[in-house]
Amino acid sequence: MSFLNSYIYYIGAFGLILIGLYIILVKHNLIKVIVGLGILDTGVNLFLISVGYITKGTAPIFSRSGIDSEHMVDPVPQALVLTAIVIGVAVLALALSLAIRLYQHYGTLNLRKIREQKW
Amino acid sequence: MRRIVAILLLIIVALGIRQSLAKIPFGAPKTKVGRYYINEGVEETGAVNIVTSVVVNYRGFDTLGEVTVLFIAAIGLGATLTASTKREMRKTQPASLVLYTGCRFLFPLILVFGSYIFIHGHLTPGGGFQGGAIIASGFLLIYLGCRERRINRIASNLAESLGGLTFVVIGLLGLVFGGYFLLNFLPKGTANTLFSAGIIPIIYIAIGFKVGSELAGIIDNLIEES
Repeated sequence: MSFLNSYIYYIGAFGLILIGLYIILVKHNLIKVIVGLGILDTGVNLFLISVGYITKGTAPIFSRSGIDSEHMVDPVPQALVLTAIVIGVAVLALALSLAIRLYQHYGTLNLRKIREQKW
Repeated sequence: MRRIVAILLLIIVALGIRQSLAKIPFGAPKTKVGRYYINEGVEETGAVNIVTSVVVNYRGFDTLGEVTVLFIAAIGLGATLTASTKREMRKTQPASLVLYTGCRFLFPLILVFGSYIFIHGHLTPGGGFQGGAIIASGFLLIYLGCRERRINRIASNLAESLGGLTFVVIGLLGLVFGGYFLLNFLPKGTANTLFSAGIIPIIYIAIGFKVGSELAGIIDNLIEES
């Protein structure tokens, strides 16, 4: 039980990563593959944030004087994830635009039927 | 068959992850770098939000790279979608009066909120990326509620270019005044006030304009295509 308590965020994050990988590997529908990419992205972001957490942590903002800086969480992963979220949105949009063009060209989103097969 | 191979692959990946995570206990004290930023960040950059000082000041060059990635993604999306030949607007049903008025009423409020988020990036949780995303969500609301309205592409491109240009020019001014790119050359002022932290609010406002107009452009391209 204590194992679950102390690692629950890692388990959740890597659960999301594995689910995303499974969707990318197995599904045939291009839209589902892109959804898997989004889930994978979320899992990686969640993992980075939980690496930076410290027990009983607060946000790293000195909004008033005399805040205990010992319990502030690590700001570096938060700074990385902050930009990674926006980049993730842009990459998803780019993938969706490619999917639109593929659908216009082949008339299907099934990766099996598109000439270059996946596996 | 594919399923079995995929599951086997995932099991191998999960075992590897489990091995490596055993070395990183959850909630352990932070690294040396993070502790340095927290102890010295307010003194060195003048921003009370340490995440902002890391994003814009300590790793400002990195952020310039991220903004470039976003820019390239937006350009790629525009190039992929506008290459299509047919371009007729589909006839859309007009929205009801309640939806139309609600969108028109909420849109300026969302813009004000987004601007608040990126202007106060060095004081409160928030910043250019978040504020830009909020502003783009306002444009998305207008696109969904009032279907016939379109953003002005020239103004949007202008805001995007000016944002990027401001970022680079401020970085080069740091090179001129103190010898390295993105030096915080403006006076830092009193911490925890709006006019403090030197170049950080200016750069974050530029990023806010850039991200907002880029995401709005992405939404515009995707909606025009559908």
